[in-house]
Amino acid sequence: MQPKNLSDHSVLDKSVLAPAAQPASVLDDSVSADAVLKDSVLKEDFALKGRGFKPRRKYRKIDRGLSRCGRILAATRMQPWLLVWVLGANLGQVCAAQDIHAPTSVPAGEDTHFTTTGSDKATFYLVGPGVSSKSDVELAQGVRIPAQSVRNAGNYLAILCSDTCRSATFYVTPAQPATLTLRVHPSRVPVGQNDAVSGVALPFDQFHNLVIAPYEVNFQLTSGNSSVMSRAVRTLSGIAWFRTSSGKNTGSQQLNASLNALTTRRAVQQVASDPCNLRIKGQRTSKGIMVETEPVRDCSGNPVPDGTIVTFTASSENTKSSVDAPIKRGIARAQMEAPGATTISAASGVVMGNDLRIGAQP
Amino acid sequence: MKFVLPIILVAATLVLMALAIFGVGQSAGTVGIATGSAVPGLGSKADTSEQALGSFLTDIRRRNWDRAYSALSKTSSVDEPSFIQEWTGSNGSLRTFSTLETYEARPLHATSDDAQMRVRMRWTTPVGPVEDVRDLNLKHEGDVWKVVWPKFTAPTVPAQVIPVNYLRWDLVNGGADDGWGSRNVDAPRVRIISMNAVDSSEGAVVMGEVVNEDTIPAFVNVNATLVDGAGKAIDDESSFDKIAHVLLPKQVSAYRIDFPNIGLKNVKNVRMDVKATLVPASADPVIGVMDQKVDPDAQGKSVLRGQLLNESGQTVNIPHVIASFYDNNGRVIWVSDGYVDRALLPQTSEPFAVEIPKTLASKVQNFHVVVNQYSLGKS
Repeated sequence: MQPKNLSDHSVLDKSVLAPAAQPASVLDDSVSADAVLKDSVLKEDFALKGRGFKPRRKYRKIDRGLSRCGRILAATRMQPWLLVWVLGANLGQVCAAQDIHAPTSVPAGEDTHFTTTGSDKATFYLVGPGVSSKSDVELAQGVRIPAQSVRNAGNYLAILCSDTCRSATFYVTPAQPATLTLRVHPSRVPVGQNDAVSGVALPFDQFHNLVIAPYEVNFQLTSGNSSVMSRAVRTLSGIAWFRTSSGKNTGSQQLNASLNALTTRRAVQQVASDPCNLRIKGQRTSKGIMVETEPVRDCSGNPVPDGTIVTFTASSENTKSSVDAPIKRGIARAQMEAPGATTISAASGVVMGNDLRIGAQP
Repeated sequence: MKFVLPIILVAATLVLMALAIFGVGQSAGTVGIATGSAVPGLGSKADTSEQALGSFLTDIRRRNWDRAYSALSKTSSVDEPSFIQEWTGSNGSLRTFSTLETYEARPLHATSDDAQMRVRMRWTTPVGPVEDVRDLNLKHEGDVWKVVWPKFTAPTVPAQVIPVNYLRWDLVNGGADDGWGSRNVDAPRVRIISMNAVDSSEGAVVMGEVVNEDTIPAFVNVNATLVDGAGKAIDDESSFDKIAHVLLPKQVSAYRIDFPNIGLKNVKNVRMDVKATLVPASADPVIGVMDQKVDPDAQGKSVLRGQLLNESGQTVNIPHVIASFYDNNGRVIWVSDGYVDRALLPQTSEPFAVEIPKTLASKVQNFHVVVNQYSLGKS
């Protein structure tokens, strides 16, 4: 059962964790400790002693230690400042036994040397992105990290363990750009589209780390021997990008991205847009009606590629016939069966052509 | 006492066997697989037109061709190989992969000398069950009824050379060691140009049209997700075979997505998703859809019928017709599809028919048919 004045939550927690109390007879030194611990929670604990409360073990140890220090000082007549100096010197010796000094950043793929203090043997651990290693080192010689251990850019942790363990963190930065990756979208683009082509360049070092440091990338779009677009873009967080409109003529365009001596090339195919002004003509033959388009072109005058489907529909009074005919050499043709007066229409995708009226078979 | 039970069992077995041999064949029922004789050679005489037709179709179902052919009237001008070919199919057609599962016969009219029966046959096929309705005539010859089989003329194609120089698209895949970004051949651009969701007797239906806007062929699949008022997905389905999957540049196909047993009253939103991948394809064969018209069939249902004309030099083994129907506002109000069970030989035509729901038949103002084709040896 807990005393009423221990209702404070922190005290309650401590009491729960505290070991079982010792018999009251061992508490010989408690009087001197009472003066040191005045106005503290501990004092309350000690103050309860007379009402049957038993102090905890850790409080008794503190109490006894302080009492002994007082006795030693009294016996050796040592000044308190001298005691502090001795303790500090010993502590400094322990601290100076081993330590590791790492640079804040290290280039990827380069040999690195960390200085250490101490003269003993120690175990060195290296933990980083995709890397973990353990090696025995002489503290007097420092720690050499081979190039292959720091190829991946990112945060690393170096741990040196002898009697105790010391650690240091450092960052491996990407090396110089060695490759330039270029993404171009789309690979096919209809002509005459605004902001339809986009390109993204990403420099990587020889270890495939994205180079974050800013570099200038030159994008150049060429069609044949003529330059269509040229732009210099500085990388931001390792990325340089541009957006541009497609041209007016079909054909392949080359996109070059260059960074210093690095150059990457991609092709963008400019294709015809939707058919424009789709017109058909036809005539009766012995087999029915032969209908064909005029050369199918987009609104920029580029021929629509072969294989594009043109749907011919022949509607007469009662029936309807339709043929999905592919364009061949710029023209789509179809043979329709319609003995009566017929209206023929054509469509390609969502683009409609003209209507053609053909009279009944004589 | 110990012989009583075995005797009862043997007697019951004999009675049941007798019923199976003689009783069922003489019953008035002409539905399904239970008709006909159970044991070959023990069948009774076809005293009625129903019995004759039941026995005939049972032999067909069992592929007992000799017996079935012997049940034909003398007036039938068909030889046995042609008769068998008509039932078994040829040239890798859908019929060659089909089996007659059940049938249902109903008399249309009958006199003492002849009768006309309507037979609804249900075939199991790789593309699902297919129904075939035929009107058959029967004649009373001597003391039995015989089936009059119309002459079947298989299409014949004369030897000829048909130059095919249509465009073909091949696909070259890059090597595994290609750098990132160097294999950037984009997927084809396809677009859903119309969508309509309706309630039908079997559930919700989402349909519309999709177009390939690109300059290369595309393999297209349309998916739809029904979403309720809370934003939770009720169901998602794909267009499966209710779409022409391979779309050439600027080609338009109808699609239909069925949601069985789901009503639209609980649906707040429909999420559409069209997926297109680059595939090798050919602009050949070109199939014309001729003489399309909507009229009632023999059962009084509205059907869109027409002729498929193969304008190329390649046999189309399984033609598949997908028809979209529009109202007077140009909105897609229904999409029907159907398989043609005969192969489409070069330069020949085959009839097709797809059904229009009775409730929508009066609203149909226009229609558009695309032909999907499956050919053996081509994926």
